[in-house]
Amino acid sequence: MDLTTLTYIVVGMTFALYIGIAIWAKAGTTGEFYAAGRGIHPVANGMATAADWMSAASFISMAGLIAFMGYDASLFLMGWTGGYVLLAMLLAPYLRKFGKFTVPEFIGDRYYSQTARIVAVICLIVASLTYVIGQMKGIGVAFSRFLQVDFETGLFTGMIIVFFYAVLGGMKGITYTQIAQYCVLIFAYTVPAIFISLNLTGTPIPQMGLFSAMEDGMPLLARLDLTMTDLGFNQYTAQKTNTLNMVLYTFSLMIGTAGLPHVIIRFFTVPRVKDARYSAGWALVFIGILYTTAPAVGAMAITNLIGTIQTGPVGSADGNLSYENRPQWFKNWEKTGLLKYEDKNGDGMIQYYNDKNKDFAATAESYGWKGNEMTKVDRDIMVLANPEIAELPNWVIALVAAGGLAAALSTAAGLLLAISSSISHDLLKGIFAKGISEKSELLAARIAMAGAIVVAGYFGLHPPGFAAQVVALAFGLAASSIFPALMMGIFNKRVNNTGAVVGMLAGLGSTLLYIFWFKGWFFIPGTAMAANTPDNHLLGIQPEAFGAIGAMINFGSAILVSKMTKAPPEHIQHLVEDIRVPRGAGTAVDH
Amino acid sequence: MSTTQDLSGAAYWKANIRLVMIHLVVWAFVSYFCGIILRPMLAGIPVGGTDLGFWFAQQGAMFVFIAQIFIYAGQMNQLDKRFDVHED
Repeated sequence: MDLTTLTYIVVGMTFALYIGIAIWAKAGTTGEFYAAGRGIHPVANGMATAADWMSAASFISMAGLIAFMGYDASLFLMGWTGGYVLLAMLLAPYLRKFGKFTVPEFIGDRYYSQTARIVAVICLIVASLTYVIGQMKGIGVAFSRFLQVDFETGLFTGMIIVFFYAVLGGMKGITYTQIAQYCVLIFAYTVPAIFISLNLTGTPIPQMGLFSAMEDGMPLLARLDLTMTDLGFNQYTAQKTNTLNMVLYTFSLMIGTAGLPHVIIRFFTVPRVKDARYSAGWALVFIGILYTTAPAVGAMAITNLIGTIQTGPVGSADGNLSYENRPQWFKNWEKTGLLKYEDKNGDGMIQYYNDKNKDFAATAESYGWKGNEMTKVDRDIMVLANPEIAELPNWVIALVAAGGLAAALSTAAGLLLAISSSISHDLLKGIFAKGISEKSELLAARIAMAGAIVVAGYFGLHPPGFAAQVVALAFGLAASSIFPALMMGIFNKRVNNTGAVVGMLAGLGSTLLYIFWFKGWFFIPGTAMAANTPDNHLLGIQPEAFGAIGAMINFGSAILVSKMTKAPPEHIQHLVEDIRVPRGAGTAVDH
Repeated sequence: MSTTQDLSGAAYWKANIRLVMIHLVVWAFVSYFCGIILRPMLAGIPVGGTDLGFWFAQQGAMFVFIAQIFIYAGQMNQLDKRFDVHED
């Protein structure tokens, strides 16, 4: 059977499974729609959280970024896992005790202020929308490869599927479908990694393979360092960015994790407060399986990619792959426009090297090379192309396509739910149209979803970075706005309504400004105020890392303003004392 | 359990904060320090073709994070019972 047919069958089967589960568990009352009846076992909830969490950024994009960034990409690995420790210790149990549907509801009640609630909704929508843009990029990549069309067509197809998918389910559907999705995506991620690790190092466990020796006895990473420097790149294991930037970037992702609404609302679904703590642990176990495999996938993908192109010794006349003989995967990805080749020196061979390295220029010239001929290698194609590059069997390639789609769709659906519920539940029912019927509330939620997909799809066409980088921006925004408000709401009784509102606005505003300055106003290409290069950045801090600074601005201004204004009323102080102890938590049901 | 022990809500919270602080120190140590800031100092310790800092950054820190959450959850269960604030 050929690859295309097989891919259709595998993707079709997994989709039938998800949709089947969604219909079987079709959402009933609105209470169920939002928090799935609140009676989900912590292990099951952890698995669903993992699926919700591991998006196109983790599955499709991250290992590709690791492949090209090497050690520097550790910030994604630590950043996107370390946040769960914060979540388990600082937020999840207390928000579960509080027992409301959504994050803005907590902020509105704790800061006894409609304004605070509206500001929280705005922060949430900005962060979630940015996140969905990242997913759309991933969905576009996956669909374009899968349907063998260009990126734009793939993206439009993906948008339509996401819409039906999210509208059909509601959260109860999503909880169970997400468990199924987790199983599909983790299987799809680890199986090729095991094959490739066996091929390269003879070790079936990729986590060990990464630090193992290759056939000739040389460790994989040492060999990779050597290969990279031979082609004018930096060593794979060397640190390229500055330390401050790396620390802040990691920190921003960590606190962003603990501030992202679609992850937080998952902890409203467990039966008890103590389950919320364990649930965060289980989520991280399931996430960790993928996250500890990813660095091996990245290192091995770049090893295989360079091995395919650089077939012989660097600089020798027949050391490079000829374009004529390029493998099928190369041709497939050329069709999507995400992989491009240009024969700069007219020798019909493919040269891939670092033509930006001035010290290497003379060497390259002596080889007769006239520039890097792989003019476009979109980082986001690496994971999907990886099994093909490694010449694995077709069923593995089909499986990876199914897994990539599962990852992107599940997160997109979870986020769209967070966006739509914040608009219909927080804004409409909570503030602007209190008498709204359940039916109109659901309708409003669905309209909001459709709107969000269209906006995200539009920006997905011109994404402000690779999927994982766009998602990192979303984390920065959540880090700078939601996380500090939630944390102070629990840990600092003195922070009042004015302080919280000023803090959130200052955090979100400063972070957005810094991002737009370098990435263009509202991400519109060509409107950036300064080129997005380390020399222009404040102290070398990348826009993706600025969320950490934004959070500090938020904390600082909120505490300062609160000190200058009136302390919160007594009943709020009691509320805070009450959420700090587990006893008396409401049952996990609709209310 | 000693009878003189302070079992008030404030004491429970203080005990919790103490636990959280200890965990945060470990959390920051394995990631920010071993994985990034102290990496040059750990460069002399080889691990599979690279150094210990690289291992912490791409693998070790994540293992510690997972262990930490379960340890904290267990400690909090005990704390909840000791201060009699646990659920059912």
